[in-house]
Parts: sequence; C-alpha cells; structure tokens
Amino acid sequence: MIGHSEKAAQFLKDENRADWHDQTLWMVRQKRDRAAWSVPEWEDLREEASQIKNHALSNLDNYLLQFEEKVIGNGATIHWASDAQEFNDLILRIIQKNGAKKIVKSKSMLTEECGLNPFLEKNGLEVVDTDLGERIIQFRNEPPSHIVLPAIHLKKEEIGELFEEKLKTAKGNSDPQYLTAAARSHLREKFLAADVAITGVNFAIADTGTVVVCTNEGNADMGVHAAKIQIHCMGIEKIIPGTNELAVFTRMLARSATGQPITTYTSHYREPKAGGQMHVVIVDNGRSKLLGNETYRNSLKCIRCGACMNTCPVYRRSGGHSYNYVIPGPIGSILGPDSDINKFKDLPFVSTLCGSCTNVCPVKINIHDLLYDWRQEISEKKLLPLSKRYLMKITGIVLAHNTVYNLSGKVARWAIRNLSGELIYHRINVWGRERELPEVPRESFKQWYRKNTLERRSVNEQG
Amino acid sequence: MIKVGLFIPCYIDQFYPQVGIATLELLQKIGLNIVYPLKQTCCGQPLANSGAEREAIPICKNFVRNFSEFDYIVSPSGSCVYYIREHYNILDQTDQVKKVRQNTYELCEFIVDVLGMEDLKIEYPHKVGIHQSCHGLRGLKLGMPSELVAKQFSKVHQLLKKAKGIEIISLGRKDECCGFGGTFSVIEPEVSVKMGKERIRDHQINGAEIITATDMSCLMHLEGIIRRQNWDTKVVHIAEILNCNRL
Ligand code: SF4
Repeated sequence: MIGHSEKAAQFLKDENRADWHDQTLWMVRQKRDRAAWSVPEWEDLREEASQIKNHALSNLDNYLLQFEEKVIGNGATIHWASDAQEFNDLILRIIQKNGAKKIVKSKSMLTEECGLNPFLEKNGLEVVDTDLGERIIQFRNEPPSHIVLPAIHLKKEEIGELFEEKLKTAKGNSDPQYLTAAARSHLREKFLAADVAITGVNFAIADTGTVVVCTNEGNADMGVHAAKIQIHCMGIEKIIPGTNELAVFTRMLARSATGQPITTYTSHYREPKAGGQMHVVIVDNGRSKLLGNETYRNSLKCIRCGACMNTCPVYRRSGGHSYNYVIPGPIGSILGPDSDINKFKDLPFVSTLCGSCTNVCPVKINIHDLLYDWRQEISEKKLLPLSKRYLMKITGIVLAHNTVYNLSGKVARWAIRNLSGELIYHRINVWGRERELPEVPRESFKQWYRKNTLERRSVNEQG
Repeated sequence: MIKVGLFIPCYIDQFYPQVGIATLELLQKIGLNIVYPLKQTCCGQPLANSGAEREAIPICKNFVRNFSEFDYIVSPSGSCVYYIREHYNILDQTDQVKKVRQNTYELCEFIVDVLGMEDLKIEYPHKVGIHQSCHGLRGLKLGMPSELVAKQFSKVHQLLKKAKGIEIISLGRKDECCGFGGTFSVIEPEVSVKMGKERIRDHQINGAEIITATDMSCLMHLEGIIRRQNWDTKVVHIAEILNCNRL
C-alpha cells in the first residue's frame, strides 16, 4: 500500500488543484467560524456536548437496552451485528427475505466502513447512493474523500464530464444547477423504483426509540417514504439519552460541518409506515473494544461533522484519499490505527500536532493529544522502521549527555559548513529537497556564553 | 533576588546563537539575575514527538537536574516550554519535577505574565508579520486561537504593538500552522514545504518585510524555503526584536 506521504506528494503535483482544494475547505472552515460566533454560548455548548457524549458512552449498556425496548415497542425491528461481516449478512437477509432487488441508500459512513455496497452488488443487487456527492463517487467507483463532502476532490468540470457519460447530459455543460437537476431526475426514478431504503443514523434517542438522520438534500426522506422497507444502520456510539440532548447536537452539527445553522432536513423516524417495515441495525465492529481503551475511547464521541478535516492544514493539502482509511483527516488518523495498527501506522505521524482540530471539535475530542499517544504506542510496539528506531536511540544518547552533545554539535556544524553542496544536499537529505539548511555559525551559544560571560567574569574577578 | 535559569533549546544553541544572546541580553537589561547552566542540552521533545517518549526520559531528567534550583526558567521557545509543562508527566513527579514544570516560561509570557511589563521601549521601524507558532498559541495560550469563540488576544502582539516605528501587518489566515511540525517536516516534506510556502506568501502579499515568531524552529523551516526561493523576506526571532530597545 502506498503510504500517506507518497500519495500527498502526488496530490500536490497538480498545484492548482491542490490550492483550490485548500481554499475551498478553508472557506468551509470560515463559514464554520461565523456560524460558531453567532452563538455566544458556543464554548459552553461544546462542553455540554462533550459531557453528554461522555455520559452516554459510560452508560451505553443501559441506554442501548432502553433504546431496543422502545424500538420494539414502536413496532420496528431491531438487529445487532458484532462486525462488518455479520452486518452485511444481516442486511442481505432482510433484503432477500422480502424478495427485494432495488436499494437506495442515503449517506452512511458505517456502510462505507463495512463495505456494504460491494457486498450487496456481489449478491446481484442494485444499490444506488442518493446523496449527490456519494452518487458522483459511486459513478467513479471511488471511496469518499471527506465524510461530509464526499466528492470535494472533484471540480465541477470533471463532474460535468462524468454526467455526460453516465446521465447523457449536454457536452461541455458543467453548470452546477444543470448538473444537479440532471442528477435529481435520475435519482427520482431510482427512488420510485426502490424496494428498500437504507440510511445512516446521526443520533439514536434512547428514551423514544427514534433515529434521527440529518441531510441537506432530503434524500433520506425520499427513500424512506417511497420504499416499503426502511433500514437504519448505526454504530453503538450514536446513542444519546433524550430529545433535550438532541437539541444540543442539532445546534452544533451543521454549524461545525458546513456553517449552516441547521441541516435542511432533520428527519425523525420512529415507526414503520402502514404496511411497511422499519429495521434498526446496531453495529459494534470494534467499537466496544475502543470503549474499553482508556486512552482512545474519547474518539468514540465523534459526531462525524468533518470540522477537523476542514481546519486541518495537512488534510487540506493532501486530500482525503491519501489517508487510505475510510475516514480521513485528524479523526481518521486515530480511528484508522485502532482498526488495524499495521496498516495505518503512518497516519498518526501525518500531523504537525498544531491542535486546530481539537479546538474546532464540537464534542471536544483531544484529537492532537491522541495522535501523540498513538505515536508513542506505535514506537513502543516497534512498528517504526529500524533505521528510524536506531536514529532515535542515538539521538537520545547524544541529547542526554552534555559532553557528547557539545561534541556532536561541533561536528555537525563543521560538516554543514565545510562539506560540498553535493554531499549535504544528497537525495537522503529530505529536508534539503526544497529547503536550505540553516547557515551555520562558527560558535554555538554555549561557546559564546563561556567566552563572553564566564571568562570575562573571571578576568574581572581576578582583576 | 529571584534566580532565573536560561534554557536555550538545542537547535538554537547550535544554529541560532544570536537568538540566545538576544534573550540573555534582554533579560539582563531588565535587571534580572540570569544564569545559563552549562550542562543543559535539550528538553526531549524532538524524540517524544517522533514517538520515542521513553528514549527521551534521560534527556528530561538531565533538564530537571540542570534547572530545579531556579525560581523561574525562561526560554525563547514556546514549543519546548509547552513540552516541559505538558509532557514531563512521564517523569516521577518529584518536588523538583513539579517545580520545573510549574516555573518554566516562554519569553513573552514571562515578560507579560510574571514581570507584568508591556512596554519594553522597543524601536523597530519595520513591517512585521507575526507568525503565531502553534505550540505557543494553542498549547501555552499565548493568544486566543481563531477557532475558539472567546475574546481574542495575543501576548506577542501586546509586546510588539508599543514598539516605535513598527507596523504589524494583518494576515489572511491569522494562525495557520507553518508546516514545520518537528519530525513532520521530514516525514511529509512535500506537504510541509507547501504549507510553509503559503505561510510565507500570506506574509508577503500583506506587505511584511519580516516574519517573526516565538519559535525559531518554525522560522528555520520558513527561512529554508525563503533562501531556496531567493525571496527577500527575512525571519527574525521575537527575542531579537524585543531586544531592540532603550532599556
Ligand atoms: S472528531 Fe470532532 S471535529 Fe472531527 S469529525 Fe468528529 S466530531 Fe467532528
């Protein structure tokens, strides 16, 4: 697998596109700032949201059972899946039992995580993603590059070309309104023909058994209302106690995500429609293990708003696909190694630890601290390359011993001053590819201090 | 009289002695009894940020040995101070360790918060852009980061705005990271340099002749790019500006 740094380098080769990507997401960050500033008690809300999540996670066992009871009482069916395989099989069973063939799906990172689409397609079913951005990347056979703006890596011209091929739109027309209208009529047919509608879940309310789905396009509603069978898929961490708590999150989610006061649609699904079926599928897939991990459990508080991606200067300049994990950016760099430490061991190092992510996070996950913690764990598990481990050992010895340090400093400064440019700016000097090394002084501060302060003082004292 | 220990981080010691000298001179002019312990090396951060916190422990211990006798420890580096304060929790919390963690200050913070001084009678007739280094800003809270909905302030601005002749320019992105990030600068060289270039660009289009910061590490990275590109923007550590005065 090509790691983040190579993919990022690739991404940056097209500088215009990289600049555009950075600026577009920076604009979203600015919208978020304005939206947050419109709520004077914003920081208190963050604290409250964080505490609600802490509370819900600490009492997850009770809340999940309460939720189950309510869901059943509402006439819906509840299912539990312990991992991705079980989840996929379960969904397939519901579909097959009903003889259904056509499925529409609104946005759900969980189904991405579990690989539901390819699994259902392999079983001869048609799954259509109905969120516009999701549909675009589905046409391109690509994973999302952002959790809220899945096709943010694409320019409208590319989407125009794609629709020309897939939806027979007019050649060369990339007017967003025109393209959206084309997608809409295409999706309308899919909605009307669907037997099953699958949605993700933003919040699951324990004391009412309701699932809440936030969208801007109303596509979750279109699907759910048109299809006979509705299936809502959620991770165990989506539970919140009640509607009062929901109010805190609906004030924060869209403001953090896109800078809107609230998503256009906040849909509450509580019971099956007449003659229909409502299924709620609760998935673990590693979450309860994460819950038991004192260091990283905070990451389960995530409400998938994407704010940490929009603000991350590294994400903005490397694109979501370079992270390789289903959830990119700062939070993905914590969740990735948790799902597979060997595969994603480079991700916690893909950060300057600037801390901006932690500050925008509406549920106050200490993202940059967790990245730092992962670095320690990855190093302790000896997953870093051998060369790097030795380098650390040697650096450790040099910096812990004053005399060794003084000597190596002298040698290094001498070397940079006296060796030829070719030697210094060798290919392995990664620093020097696009940066000069510092101009090296003849004496260190320590040498200067000895000469100018101590020696002078002793001369004075003797004199 | 209070006793102040001067900590000069390893890369400043080796590559930027003038920053150490400016810090020492400034604190002496203010009239402090300031001592530079000769057996100091580094705070341990370079290793810890790369994941080798364990290997850093002897370095941290050496730091504590050198500095525990002082009332205050002052350093011209927000990043190292942040590391000492936040991450020396990996050491046994002896009285000495606690004392060192509590009393280590970044230079500007020390002047504003401990000495309560704001006007250093600086003369600095230049157009200056202030790059707010992340560990100082978000870690030490030398200012209020733009992400937070709270009263905006900046201790560095506070100290510079009284300087005679200075023009502090405003930036398009007032506190975006420069892309140095310690080990990040060599693990992700392309992203690091791209971030650095844009940080410099932001200063240039807003008319800065000089970029200053509380951390020489950020400036070393930016200077490396500037020199490779043959641009004429200069980098100057905040201590050097604060030392241009009539104290
Ligand atoms: S970690 Fe925080 S900022 Fe990032 S997506 Fe999750 S809730 Fe949003």
